[in-house]
Amino acid sequence: MSIAKRAAFLLGLPVLLVLTWWVTTIGSTSFFVPKPGELAQTFVRVWIGDRFFEDVVPSVTNLAAGIVLAIVLGIGFGVLIGSVRWLRALTEPTLEFFRALPPPVLVPVLMLLIGINDSMKIAVIISGAIWPVLLNTIEGVRAVDSVLSDSARTYGINGWARVRHLVLPSAGPQIAAGIRQCLSIALILMVISEMFASSAGLGFTIVQFQRSFAIPEMWSGIVVLGLIGIILSFIFQWTERRVLRWYHGLREVENAG
Amino acid sequence: MPAKTTAQSGVDTGSTQEPLLSVKGVQKIYQVDAGEIEAVRDLTFDLRPGELACLVGPSGSGKTTLLKCIAGLMGATAGEVVLSGKPVNGPPKEMAVVFQEYGRSLFPWMSVRDNVELPLKNAKVAKAERNRLVDEALEAVGLDHVPRSYPWQLSGGMQQRVAIARAVAYQPKVLLMDEPFAAVDAQTRADLEDLIRDVWERLGITILFVTHDIDESVYLGERVIILSSSPTVIQEDIQIDLPDERDQLTTRSSARFTELRGHVYEQIQIAKHNTGASAPSNAAGGSPSTVAREEAE
Ligand SMILES: Nc1ncnc2c1ncn2[C@@H]1O[C@H](COP(=O)(O)OP(=O)(O)OP(=O)(O)O)[C@@H](O)[C@H]1O
Ligand SMILES: [Mg+2]
Repeated sequence: MSIAKRAAFLLGLPVLLVLTWWVTTIGSTSFFVPKPGELAQTFVRVWIGDRFFEDVVPSVTNLAAGIVLAIVLGIGFGVLIGSVRWLRALTEPTLEFFRALPPPVLVPVLMLLIGINDSMKIAVIISGAIWPVLLNTIEGVRAVDSVLSDSARTYGINGWARVRHLVLPSAGPQIAAGIRQCLSIALILMVISEMFASSAGLGFTIVQFQRSFAIPEMWSGIVVLGLIGIILSFIFQWTERRVLRWYHGLREVENAG
Repeated sequence: MPAKTTAQSGVDTGSTQEPLLSVKGVQKIYQVDAGEIEAVRDLTFDLRPGELACLVGPSGSGKTTLLKCIAGLMGATAGEVVLSGKPVNGPPKEMAVVFQEYGRSLFPWMSVRDNVELPLKNAKVAKAERNRLVDEALEAVGLDHVPRSYPWQLSGGMQQRVAIARAVAYQPKVLLMDEPFAAVDAQTRADLEDLIRDVWERLGITILFVTHDIDESVYLGERVIILSSSPTVIQEDIQIDLPDERDQLTTRSSARFTELRGHVYEQIQIAKHNTGASAPSNAAGGSPSTVAREEAE
């Protein structure tokens, strides 16, 4: 596809939606639904400036820390549990239990245990975002092909080399699927972690705007969240396409054959 | 026990007649939900250094099972495998295996070159030496033009050649091959057969080559070991006294080749009805196992 065509596909629907929104709110005086122009102005006024550094940067920092730790811990424990049969049997029921817990209920618990600070917020994000990575890694590690595994063994590829050259790449597609889920859960939990007993951050600010009936401001905060989500998703796709290029190529060949 | 006539192999085996690899009374029983499957009953044979032996047997006779026991990937239920005087408990360093399922034995996330290089890198071979070995091996199998490709971009025959290159570059003392050419076309197959003989002559390694193709076993081997149906014993162990210099055309059309091939064919026919449970002379112990295919020429 040419660049112009790709841009058209990328922006077509958003432009259409904004247009619809613009047309339908032309004569509107609704207090709760701002007009596009109004929202754009509010967005610039509210978020470009000090607030960006006071609320957005700390929130995004916590989000990034939460995501990175969830991924690293999820893959690390996933490889361990997936490789050791008895460990898997031992942990499986417990993992299912924790995964079934809705993460927001952990917020008060973590607040008591850790206190109200950034560590607590990061812990909240990890507590919910780690599961898809962990469980997908375990599945991926278990599914390593037996012939490939035998090949590695006959060439003395054991221990860390085995993890690096066989287990991780082989579980890669599954892990990527887990990370994709992890990202959206983490964003939700970032907001939730800031709604309780917090004094700064995106979640806190949005709730604050809502309580003080600053409706366009509240909407502009939601736009910020949406933008963060899109950026995360772009980073993910860009990385995934590079790391798993072999996988997409292989799938294409298999589908064609 | 095989008669140890020193077949001229073009390889200087020195004065030693000590076997390099000994398979001693190997039995393998798989434990499955439905009970037990005795894949291999009692196998004993030796390979001397530098020998090229073919192992033929009907499908399901336990060839892969035996190979996995020899490669240390699986423990035998009874008996033992001894390599250079030491019992095999895990995959030995000086052994390489080319598996039957070529499509699943290469790392799909690595280029052809990286696949061949990985075992050497893992064995901490120095970079210059590594490059040389990989280049040579890829050239030997005729794949020096695709080092950057991924395995799944290649045809089946090419993939199997990559697996062979990987094994050759590793410079093993013993090379085990499990029906490596089962899925390649006749022309590629002939080329690969000559490649194996060539590699064997140049490197002086010991090769155990599993096949169910009778012609292939006679053409390739210095010796053919014939297995019975499962539960498996050795049906016969014959020396192939064809000249060392083999050629697809002349060798295959020679009278001696036809004679040997007829003999192996006959033995396989008997083997299909024989199992370790019945005496080799008794052809009545019918086993439902699939037939060893005789290649049409
Ligand atoms: N992992 C396993 N678990 C249980 N039974 C097995 C297993 N692997 C092989 N068998 C059984 O052992 C017997 C021998 O199998 P094996 O694969 O060794 O035969 P083979 O000679 O290599 O056959 P082929 O020529 O078809 O490759 C078969 O009856 C098979 O069903
Ligand atoms: Mg087999």
